[in-house]
Amino acid sequence: MRRLLAVALLAFALALSAAAFAIDPLPFKDTAQRDRFQHLTRELRCMVCQDESLLASNADFAKQLRRQIFDMMQQGKSDSQIKDWLVARYSTFILYDPPLAPATIALWFGTPAILLAGGIVVVVLLRRRTRPAGMITEEPGDDW
Amino acid sequence: MNEVARKPAARFVPLIVFAALVAFFVVGLVWNQTHDARFVPSPLIDKPAPAFHLPRLNDPTRFVTKSDLLGKPYLLNVFASWCFACGDEHPVLMAYRDKFGIPLIGYDYKDAPQDARAWLDRHGDPYHEVIADQSGETAINFGVYGAPETYLIDAHGIIRYKHIGPLTPDVIAKELEPKIRELEQEGT
Repeated sequence: MRRLLAVALLAFALALSAAAFAIDPLPFKDTAQRDRFQHLTRELRCMVCQDESLLASNADFAKQLRRQIFDMMQQGKSDSQIKDWLVARYSTFILYDPPLAPATIALWFGTPAILLAGGIVVVVLLRRRTRPAGMITEEPGDDW
Repeated sequence: MNEVARKPAARFVPLIVFAALVAFFVVGLVWNQTHDARFVPSPLIDKPAPAFHLPRLNDPTRFVTKSDLLGKPYLLNVFASWCFACGDEHPVLMAYRDKFGIPLIGYDYKDAPQDARAWLDRHGDPYHEVIADQSGETAINFGVYGAPETYLIDAHGIIRYKHIGPLTPDVIAKELEPKIRELEQEGT
């Protein structure tokens, strides 16, 4: 059992590192810059293969943009400057983290709203059920 | 049971909730049938086209810049010899090149020039001029991410319309031609 767990952990770690190293060798100044690059490109969408990040994708498009982002980092551009530059060309669709805008209101607040509505329904139903406490035993299916 | 009998409306609540879920499901299905997630609206619409300085495909020593093309509207069609969908689009361009009423400029995207020339020799050349972006660096400024793409650029160098994917007679009739007529009426 312990051995199985170790193998599973190893496989998991390998899968993680494979994703992290599907990138071309870029001459980073130091590990901090590399980490920043990986963090940034993980948040960006590869427009060609839309369910992959720029970091993980092997598409030509992603390679070229990784190079471009790398060059911009060398020029001292900040993450938000790089993101703005990309959004100006490819729209906010390139960001995996969508900004709060009229078009994304349903996206941001839809789930909490549905959750809230569901919560209210549950509370109302529970209150109704606890009031006539004597009736519960009469319901079919409850007698076991 | 008594409680439900007292309020008949409550009986329909599950049905209404279920109908709402079905409605979401159907809208989602229809949306996916009619919208292609690959076609992302360009943020460059109604903004100036990026400046470019690219060699002609047939004469790489001569360059074409954005300002060379100012003064009258034109279509910029991004294509490549390796691009499968461009082959589908090609006969449409051949048929419409003279019907657009404005020049059709080819933008050879990330292509070896000899491959592009061979492709145009084999299939026919619908373009009034072809510029070559072998590295694809300028294309990033245009927001190109998949060929074919077609830009309508007005006399002032503003991008007025963009179509991602192959142009079809349907798209031309419903979207592109009205936009071209609009430019003509502006007298630009």
